[in-house]
Amino acid sequence: MLTRSLIAGLALTFLSSSSFAATEITWWHAMGGELGKKLDEIVAKYNASQDEYKVTAVYKGSYPETMTAAIAAFRAKQQPDIVQVFEVGTGTMMAAKGAIYPAYQLMKDTGAAFDPKAFLSAVVGYYTDADGNMLSMPFNSSTPILYYNKDVFKKAGLDPEQPPKTWEDVESYSQKIMSSGAAKCGFTTGWISWVQLENFSAWHNKPIGTLQNGIGGMDAELTVNGDLQVRHWTNLKKWQDEGLFQYGGPAGGNDAPPKFYSQECAIYMNSSASRAGVIANSKDFEVGFGMLPYYSDVQGAPQNSIIGGATLWVLKGHGEAEYKGVADFFSFLSSPEVQADWHQYSGYLPITEAAYKLGQEQGFYAKNPGSDVAIKQITLNPPTDNSKGLRFGNYVQIRDVIDEEFQNLLAGQKSPKDALDSVVTRGNKLIADFRAANG
Amino acid sequence: MQTKRTVFGNRLLPYAFLLPQLAVTVIFFLWPATQAVIQSFQREDAFGLSTTWVGLANYADLLHEPTYLNSLKVTAIFAPAVTLLSVGLGLVFAVSLDRLVRGSRVYAALLVWPYAVAPAVAGIMWWFLFNPTIGLLPYLLAAVGYRWDHSLQPTDAMILVVIAASWKQVSYNFLFFMAGLQAIPKSMIEAAAIDGAGPVKRFFTIVFPLLSPTTFFLAVINLVYAMFDTFPVIHATTGGNPAQSTNILVYKVFVDGFIGLNLGSSAAQSVVLMAIVVTLTVIQFKWVERKVTY
Repeated sequence: MLTRSLIAGLALTFLSSSSFAATEITWWHAMGGELGKKLDEIVAKYNASQDEYKVTAVYKGSYPETMTAAIAAFRAKQQPDIVQVFEVGTGTMMAAKGAIYPAYQLMKDTGAAFDPKAFLSAVVGYYTDADGNMLSMPFNSSTPILYYNKDVFKKAGLDPEQPPKTWEDVESYSQKIMSSGAAKCGFTTGWISWVQLENFSAWHNKPIGTLQNGIGGMDAELTVNGDLQVRHWTNLKKWQDEGLFQYGGPAGGNDAPPKFYSQECAIYMNSSASRAGVIANSKDFEVGFGMLPYYSDVQGAPQNSIIGGATLWVLKGHGEAEYKGVADFFSFLSSPEVQADWHQYSGYLPITEAAYKLGQEQGFYAKNPGSDVAIKQITLNPPTDNSKGLRFGNYVQIRDVIDEEFQNLLAGQKSPKDALDSVVTRGNKLIADFRAANG
Repeated sequence: MQTKRTVFGNRLLPYAFLLPQLAVTVIFFLWPATQAVIQSFQREDAFGLSTTWVGLANYADLLHEPTYLNSLKVTAIFAPAVTLLSVGLGLVFAVSLDRLVRGSRVYAALLVWPYAVAPAVAGIMWWFLFNPTIGLLPYLLAAVGYRWDHSLQPTDAMILVVIAASWKQVSYNFLFFMAGLQAIPKSMIEAAAIDGAGPVKRFFTIVFPLLSPTTFFLAVINLVYAMFDTFPVIHATTGGNPAQSTNILVYKVFVDGFIGLNLGSSAAQSVVLMAIVVTLTVIQFKWVERKVTY
């Protein structure tokens, strides 16, 4: 008898609590490890701050895995409210007009406080449509910067306070580093596609495609086989042959960070969001930070670098109450406090002016030298048509094509010109396929 | 010849027994396979918002697609290489063990172990062993003057995936050959030995021909394994790199369909792959079987 009443009592408690249940909002993301923990912390803070909505963050694996999972879920009508999609998936998401709920529209419909002008233009430019409307909510944006080993620089007789500014510097410093025996290799890099082609082009104010790198419309085509890009890939091949440069592998370049951490390579180019990892793994030496190198004889260089990272897309097919919650959560996410905290912890860019200002007021950049290199680099000049970003359909595969042709180049199977020509022909074929499927 | 015949009292009972198996086959094989065939005639965006019928366009595109032709070529090297290596090694191990008087049980247990290792784990392990930066084997190879780099050299990459894919399959083949060897009458081998046939002669004239049903069976199984089940090995080691030199057909289906979201082409590729494997199996059973002494 006692147990029965206990059970009844318990059941009643559950029932009553569920009748007051907050509206559930699901967010699929790709932030693993330390970043994932920080993200959970932010979500917990939001859930504690109010009781109307409850955000559930679910880790879905890598960026491509998360995006594929969300698309598969959409087809099965089980989609989350929010999904984090990496920058090269932008073209695909944008074309899926029946599946996405544009961020600007969501904020307008729900009447949430929202000022698109508050965001850094270098960030937002990547995610706005032709009419200047923001389609997704920026969350974690980064840009590649240069890391270098100050101890090795000292040993090689170089000034440890002077990062290489130009590619000529990178070459001569690397030679000095190797000939003095300070390190086995001059430099390595993550993300060949993102750093040594896309950002390389933007940084030198050169296009990688027609129609403002594809932002102007779906008829755009790749043009990455320009003289400057060929020159750079020719040099990379030459430097690899001489041992100055070591290849870190395709996509993100998994072999690159260990080469820098183990002091094998003295200079390392990778995302500003690698900062936390670099600092954690460089206990035995001092790290310096610098901007990406440029060729000193190129007019208009350095321009500004472009971003990578991900934004949050809202998917259609949910109720009004849920979207109200999503809008409220977005306002919370882009508040200066949350953004400054996330940026300072992770090395991602502060995506709003206010978050950057807050960091300055807190004295964060003065205390952590090098932490503002990324934002200085991305805002170095007002973005041009060549440095706003890029947007092509099937760009996830085009990134693979770039990696493959770069491997052909390094393995000596193709000349730099042939490799980049192949990127253009194969890439344009993929873009045409995308147009046919989404036209 | 006697036929076994079980008589069921209820006419529906046998169907009820068959039902679970049929359900599994329909849900996990026939239904998805039909979907794949249907999708292979369509062109669809990733989200499934607009679908157009394109007839045989997806198949026609494959014929002009250099990366697909490359993948065919890669598979034509990879699958026979894996089959030869794993069946060959399985046979060598089984025959050597068969000659062993003492400790054969211990060796047998050790040789079967790799089969218990999940393919993805095996892939990661070989990836570590062969890693150009931190691996043990490149370090040893460097000592004899070979610069191993599977991240850039297509041949190195192919060797790596063939070894990684064959490794655990050797155990499987070994087990079957062991069983096959035990079925060969000892008296026959002893008779040959008395007639003056050496171990090599005995192997090629008696043992190997008598093992041919096993060898034939394993050749089919391993070829199908190499074409279909090696996905995790490729995924964990090279990911089809460098420059698509290890991008076998089944991996390309995954990359184009699940990463690239080009569902039409991916479906067409899987239908072709299915056709290739069915054809291979039929050919093997029709032609090779005739030469097999059962």
